[in-house]
Amino acid sequence: MNTENTLFLDMKNISIEFPGVKALDNVSFTAKLGKVQAVVGANGAGKSTLMNVLSGAYNHFTGNIFIDGSKVNIKVPADAKKLGIQVVYQEVDTALIPYLTVAENILLDDIVNNMKDKLFLNWRDIHKQAAQVLKKLNIDISTKKYIYELTLAQKQMVLIARSICTKCKLLILDEPTAPLSHFETEELFRVVKDLKNNNVGVIFISHRLPELFQICDEVAVMRNGKIVTKRNIVETTQNQIVEDMLGRKLEDIFPKCKKEKGNRILEVVNLKDYNKLKDINLHLCRGEIIGIAGLVGAGKTELCKALFGDAKLISGKIILEGKNLILKSPYDAVKSGLALIPEERRKEGILANESIVTNISAANIETFSKHFGFLDFVGERNAAKKIIKTLGIQTPDENRAVGLLSGGNQQKVVIGKWLDTNAKIFIFDEPTKGVDVGAKREIFNLINKLAMDGKGVIYASCELSEIIGIADRIYVIYDGEIVKELDTDSTSEEELLFYSTGGK
Amino acid sequence: MSLNSKEKKSFEIFDFLYKYGTVVTIFILIIIFGASQKNFLQPSNIVNILRSISIVAIIAIGVTISLTVGGFDLSVGSTASVANAVVVSMFVWHNQVTWVSIIAALAAGVIIGMINSILIVKMKIPDMLLTLATMFIFQGVALTYTRGATISKNMIMQNGSFALGNIPDFFVKLGQVPWIIIIMITIIVIVHVFLTKTKHGRYMYVIGGNIEAARLLGIPVNKYKIYAYVLSALFAAIGGIILAARIQTAEINAGAPYLMDAVAAAYIGVSVGGVGKPNALGTFAGAILIGILQNGLIMLSVPYYMMDIVKGLVLAFALALTYWKKK
Repeated sequence: MNTENTLFLDMKNISIEFPGVKALDNVSFTAKLGKVQAVVGANGAGKSTLMNVLSGAYNHFTGNIFIDGSKVNIKVPADAKKLGIQVVYQEVDTALIPYLTVAENILLDDIVNNMKDKLFLNWRDIHKQAAQVLKKLNIDISTKKYIYELTLAQKQMVLIARSICTKCKLLILDEPTAPLSHFETEELFRVVKDLKNNNVGVIFISHRLPELFQICDEVAVMRNGKIVTKRNIVETTQNQIVEDMLGRKLEDIFPKCKKEKGNRILEVVNLKDYNKLKDINLHLCRGEIIGIAGLVGAGKTELCKALFGDAKLISGKIILEGKNLILKSPYDAVKSGLALIPEERRKEGILANESIVTNISAANIETFSKHFGFLDFVGERNAAKKIIKTLGIQTPDENRAVGLLSGGNQQKVVIGKWLDTNAKIFIFDEPTKGVDVGAKREIFNLINKLAMDGKGVIYASCELSEIIGIADRIYVIYDGEIVKELDTDSTSEEELLFYSTGGK
Repeated sequence: MSLNSKEKKSFEIFDFLYKYGTVVTIFILIIIFGASQKNFLQPSNIVNILRSISIVAIIAIGVTISLTVGGFDLSVGSTASVANAVVVSMFVWHNQVTWVSIIAALAAGVIIGMINSILIVKMKIPDMLLTLATMFIFQGVALTYTRGATISKNMIMQNGSFALGNIPDFFVKLGQVPWIIIIMITIIVIVHVFLTKTKHGRYMYVIGGNIEAARLLGIPVNKYKIYAYVLSALFAAIGGIILAARIQTAEINAGAPYLMDAVAAAYIGVSVGGVGKPNALGTFAGAILIGILQNGLIMLSVPYYMMDIVKGLVLAFALALTYWKKK
């Protein structure tokens, strides 16, 4: 018998509803042992909901789940674990305890649940067991290290190690590569391949389509709570997957447009900060989009923050329209006409519990305040309505709390709030993070329009293909230093990757 | 399907309770107390309740402002004690006129607010811990200033003579009906307008909602945090001054008991009307709830020493409502 192709999981006619939404609509899904099954879809398509049903986080669904051919009842997460279904969620930090060692974290389940009457821990045994698990995965991390000393990728490895140290037949990886750098992703894939060879089934959720072709066997595409297609990876292409996700033909995601390059608006000379940046030199013209390309941790965010007055500088000058800027805080930066769309949208970009109106007016509340600082509520509301319309923000009305919108729409609100200000330079830090393909295109359109209106745009991202698509000129940053300046027309993704991984 | 609709229904009931629970509770209490005590609904008793909550309400407004920026001022009780001691000592020890005494006490409040806010903003000490520390510091300052004694008219000074100062009638009037109620209502209305209708109030709520986003929006976050703590201490000082006008002495730690009531009122207020944020009108409703409870329980002859149990339970309930919703 060929165990490699055993049908392990069979979910039949799964439906689930939340107040007002049918999150899953008659979904049937299967997974095999020893295979990597990809699940892709736009934000809100139902990927996470499906995995939550499988892992026991939701229990009010209809339909049946079969494991190894027999019907099972998954009502709480413990049920799923008993059946050998393990999940590694995207937010690895929530599942790990930072001031315990790697070994303790790997064996946490065991320590918590299987101690019974024992009072004392057998440390040598714990470290030995943990080391064995790590060795099985070919992961080189000391079991004595503390979690807070590890990188994000290493933390993920620890979580994977934890899931396989108990019974694990099916491992769900929820967007594992989103925060990882290029090398870390390779490392993760090596571990996934090892697992596959050990006859573990893997469900792999990702927004990054190219990597599916490296690692997956089958790909299921979800849209609006349904699985729309399921194909063998060798029989499909990236464009086809995108079309399935969108439900329509993919137009060119990067809109072509004519831009008038104006005079120089911003110049940065020998910028150096206490943290990461070394001798940054760059310049930006009106109507131009410059890309800051670099891998995760290269110093893109630090550069964006430094330009926005949110870093302690050792030396260097920021010259805006010929005048030397002294930025002590983001307050000064906004006053001088800079706008930042920060990387951590939820943490730094939106006021999740406030309405769209409040979010949009927050950047230029001065416009709406009259004598003694009294607010003009009507003007504020109308301005918000206008921006909702021009940006096509999908929402029932302008009073909706921004935290309830989808990722793409949240990002539009974050960008939208700067549109009515006197901002001349827009700094985008990873604006497409966690945004689905459809919304990405709209955001690129918006960025292009800003440039056409004569604004200067700085676009920092680790998605190299996106940088090439949107930017006119690219600076490659590596380890806090700008190592190369490239013209988009005469470069390629390979060249960008070469320089951003430290090539010289 | 039936499961779903049932869930939805219970969700709605909870939502209603969250929004109007405080108001409903106030009415239920009024009905219960009104039915069991015929004096309870007498106009004189209603005025009595309003009078009794006014100092709590004023101090609670200060706490509310500190809550709007995501902070928490635990030192309000001590601040009220300091202001109380300063204003009475100005009259009794230094024989000053009313406006000088009041300004001195308000200035003491502003200084406390500055100290709190600078330590929080510049030293980056977490709000609650810092104000816990300064609560003890300013309590000690008030005690040291009064040399551990009560300040009152004709008290014996350290050199053996009698204090000669007098407390003017005008000042005493501030602590009596109707002025005490008028002052409370005025403060509540002004702060309500300030928080909901002006850009400063909006900025404070934005900071409280997401301080990192507020900073990257270019809002001068530190400046507004300083404003919030100064205002918080200022209202606590006003509370202490009114307290002085009511009792015309500076008792040891006179302001301390107001801390818990004020915090409770502010937290109860968060949920009132479904605002979901600290707000002035809600805080007023919270103060009324506590006032009615206290008044009604006294009328029902519940002994005073049990009162803290009831008030603590009310605070725990309000917190449960606020944080359960957040889940």
